[in-house]
Amino acid sequence: MLLIRCPYCEEERPELEFRNAGEAHIARSADIAGDSDDDFEKFFFIRSNPKGIIYERWRHIHGCARFFNAVRDTITDKFVMTYKAGEPKPSKLPNNSNDVVAK
Amino acid sequence: MSGAFRIPSAGRLKQAKTARFSFDGQSYTGIEGDTLASALLANGVHLVGRSFKYHRPRGILSAGAEEPNALVEIRRDAARRTPNVRATVQELYDGLEAQSQNRWPSLSFDVGAVNDIASPMLSAGFYYKTFMWPKAAWKSLYEPRIRQAAGLGVSPDKPDPDHYSSRYAHCDVLVLGGGAAGIAAALAAADAGVRVILADEQAEFGGSLRFEAAAKIDGQDGFSWAQAAVARLSAMDNVRVLSRTTAFGYYAQNFVGLVERVSDHLKNPGHDLPRERLWQVRAKRVVLASGAIERHMVFADNDRPGIMLAGAARTFLNHHGVAVGRNVGVYTANDSAYSAAIDLKKAGVNVAAIVDLRDNPTGPVIDEARALGIEVNFGRAVIRAGGKLRVNSMTVQPKNGGGERTVPVDAILMSAGWTPSVHLFSQSRGKVAFNDETKRFVPGIYAQDCVSVGACNGTDGLSASMDEAYAAGAKAARDASAGDLGAKAGKGTKPKVDASESWSRGMLGAAPGAGPGTTVKAFVDFQNDVTAKDIRQAVHEGMRSIEHVKRFTTNGMATDQGKTSNMHGLAIAAETLGKPIPAVGLTTFRAPYTPVTFGAIISHARGPLFDPTRKTAIHPWAEAQGAVFEDVGQWKRAWYFPQAGEDMHAAVGRECVAVRTNAGLFDASTLGKIEVVGPDAAKFMELLYTNPWEKLEPGRCRYGIMLREDGFIYDDGVVGRLAPDRFHVTTTTGGAPRVMNHMEDYLQTEFPHLNVWLTSITEQWAVIAVQGPKSRDIIAPLVEDIDVSDEAMPHMSVREGRICGVPTRLFRMSFTGERGFEVNVPADYGQAVWEALWAEGQKHGATAYGTEAMHVLRAEKGYIIVGQDTDGTLTPNDAGLDWAVGKKKTDFVGIRGLTRPDLIAKGRKQLIGLKTKDPKVVLEEGAQIVEDPKQAIPMKMIGHVTSSYWSQNCGRSIALAAVAGGRDRMGDTLYVPMPDGVIEVEVTGMVFFDETGGRLNG
Ligand SMILES: [Zn+2]
Repeated sequence: MLLIRCPYCEEERPELEFRNAGEAHIARSADIAGDSDDDFEKFFFIRSNPKGIIYERWRHIHGCARFFNAVRDTITDKFVMTYKAGEPKPSKLPNNSNDVVAK
Repeated sequence: MSGAFRIPSAGRLKQAKTARFSFDGQSYTGIEGDTLASALLANGVHLVGRSFKYHRPRGILSAGAEEPNALVEIRRDAARRTPNVRATVQELYDGLEAQSQNRWPSLSFDVGAVNDIASPMLSAGFYYKTFMWPKAAWKSLYEPRIRQAAGLGVSPDKPDPDHYSSRYAHCDVLVLGGGAAGIAAALAAADAGVRVILADEQAEFGGSLRFEAAAKIDGQDGFSWAQAAVARLSAMDNVRVLSRTTAFGYYAQNFVGLVERVSDHLKNPGHDLPRERLWQVRAKRVVLASGAIERHMVFADNDRPGIMLAGAARTFLNHHGVAVGRNVGVYTANDSAYSAAIDLKKAGVNVAAIVDLRDNPTGPVIDEARALGIEVNFGRAVIRAGGKLRVNSMTVQPKNGGGERTVPVDAILMSAGWTPSVHLFSQSRGKVAFNDETKRFVPGIYAQDCVSVGACNGTDGLSASMDEAYAAGAKAARDASAGDLGAKAGKGTKPKVDASESWSRGMLGAAPGAGPGTTVKAFVDFQNDVTAKDIRQAVHEGMRSIEHVKRFTTNGMATDQGKTSNMHGLAIAAETLGKPIPAVGLTTFRAPYTPVTFGAIISHARGPLFDPTRKTAIHPWAEAQGAVFEDVGQWKRAWYFPQAGEDMHAAVGRECVAVRTNAGLFDASTLGKIEVVGPDAAKFMELLYTNPWEKLEPGRCRYGIMLREDGFIYDDGVVGRLAPDRFHVTTTTGGAPRVMNHMEDYLQTEFPHLNVWLTSITEQWAVIAVQGPKSRDIIAPLVEDIDVSDEAMPHMSVREGRICGVPTRLFRMSFTGERGFEVNVPADYGQAVWEALWAEGQKHGATAYGTEAMHVLRAEKGYIIVGQDTDGTLTPNDAGLDWAVGKKKTDFVGIRGLTRPDLIAKGRKQLIGLKTKDPKVVLEEGAQIVEDPKQAIPMKMIGHVTSSYWSQNCGRSIALAAVAGGRDRMGDTLYVPMPDGVIEVEVTGMVFFDETGGRLNG
């Protein structure tokens, strides 16, 4: 069972308290009704599914109930970092993901 | 006497404490502290089982958890029958009953052993190759036969009467393995005061000190030192010592699963004791001290009962006081088997000969064996074992060929060397590294905060192991605890090794006589009956990766996970491929290390505790009325209320008629309820529902539809606006949590600028639906300050006030098509208000109705149920609900999805009504609908029945269906082919009763 750091509670809590909510940083258009078919396809259907670093949304559903963002490595399953919803995609990841996980 | 092979001068058990037990109905006597294996051996019993595939007679190979052969059934009573228990692990208790497995009619005469004779037909990959053709024979012939023959042991057929417990634990340093190294590591960490857990799978700590007779630590013999050290650890407040506890799984971030066998060793376990306890431990640092496992020699017929690992024979002698034979042979490729010969010789057992594959080994044990007068042969191999139900000879030959000599023996002790137990390290996702000099895989790159010490790290010798372990334990404590405690780590008294035994390397793969080109049965994997030849054959047939060889031969795939066989199998595959061992690779170790019972994993989560049961405030009343309940999600809902002599059909018919004639009371408390509050509440509702909300006046209600972004219906429900900034939203019973999640998601992440609070109020309000022509007459006398006249409170309105003296949110709404109210009261008052309404209802001929009548009544009116009539692929338009989509709105969740080309295309499935031509025939829900029943199979299916009932009010059956282009087919005849004939149906509108809707106000 993974430990996940909730950026709102500022604590590492067991995975049981969280629920995955799909890929992060997929913005809903302010004028969604006017989106082209291609734009809507990208927004609703297309997901990156990478091998390696993925940006995800998680919810601390059995805790503070907040949605937040996380960077996870799909190879090792490790959480590299977490940050609040609405914050920009981190431009730089910590060098040693082990350090982050161990803290 | 506790067995003819017991040597009173040897071992540590107290001879006076005898225990009676039975094996296959035969009674024996053992001693407390015996394992079933040692007690059987004390009585001269070696034959304990039949092998999986060839049904070959098998004995006891080991003295521990790695045992592949000696699997038995332990029986306490009819329900407590545990198959596949390792006799080497099961502790003896007085009255223990054990049975052998996988044999018929008896262990010594087993019909299945014909497989052994037919073995040329049962070679590697046999199942894959033989049963491929013809396909039809698989189901009728092969599969039942294989299933009958496959598997060791028989599952118990009664529910498990035992209970299991589960605990979470946290610690600074978790030490896995309680041999000399593990104890040393625990001491170093514990003396610093950090929180330590030390676990070992055996009943007593000490690991290999159980048999290493020469070891001396701190002036005591090794085993006594271990007991004293663990007693000291147990007495410390910061240390938890767990014996009989196996670390079976190493998961992410130092999360380790342990299972503690609490009562399997007790004669009469009290019912207050769990059988097993699951420990889920989160440790800051883990010290792996899991030791090493001895390998057998791979030679012809090396599986005969009486042939065992040398270290196991030492354990039986030095710990249990049991000689495994009277005239033993030894076959080895390293030093440690010499110690077994020496110990047995000193205990008075004849050692016929030591056969050592090595050419000219030297060392103290070899000198000592010679000094004791044991015959020692270098450069020779045992090429064959004689005997069937018990070994009776070994045939010796120079390893490069030459004259054979057959030596009579009643046991063969073998050792090909020791394999470091890297299972847990590998499970932690660490990468092993191959040491070419020692031919061992040892921990290489670590993936987690753990460290390996002692034999599992490839460290040889007691002294080096304990030094390494003590230092690692101290470091783990320092790393885990930065403060004062950590600084004290390792400052206690380090154990001092006074004497130890010598260690040397061994060999991997097949021994001479079982090499390439031979066809002998030289077993690599005893439990799955895999021979050296099978592995070579797999390579010859094209398997290149060890993962393929493993699956093709099933080497290492039995419940012992190849603890003794993996390295031999790998070496033989590598040799056959002509590649070095690391190039072929080691298979991945997976949890569990040893089999774990389902009981331990599920613990109390079974029966009524498997899933929470939710009951409404009115549940006790319904129960007292004799209601039949149905499960709706986690809820228990009253399904119908049968009166004397009524079946379900009669009860539901009566309830439906009563509601439309007089009135009915229905417990609707399970409806999901969410309060949407705040200055931007209406804006938020506009975005989450298709309907317009800004102009809905306070005190009015509206039926709302919620979509997903793809445009499909996600949920629905009636929403009341209580105030400009307050909506009382209802959802489907099953949809409440996901609708709440959906709303929170949008509020927090897409529309965070909106000032809105969401609160789940499902359990705060009990809901009593009062429906029918007399509904107003029933509630009017009880309502205190609300005018319930049609003028003051028309259909689809909501009022706040009081009923029976308690607060209410009173909705005028209907899911029956009749004049109706839904009385919301705080849940604590739910039953009292229900009883008051019920008493009032009795004056007006009201009935209580359940969910079945509710379903029928709403279907008579064509009201859909999301999740029954819709399936996640229907739009509001498909469901005939286009009127509920605000046409002038510029945004709501799903607005763009609704205009996708496929969602506006012609010929989509639409909800319509169906009437069977024969009104008495009730369609089956889910039945498929076709245009032409005479077409060839597979027919073109154009839709399916979503709801279907007998309607007593209509005097006929009614149904709803999703049919392609359904609304253009009004009046058409369609067909529903069923196994016993085709049913003719007519397409109709969805409303079957009171089409004009007059009764809503009637
Ligand atoms: Zn939180």
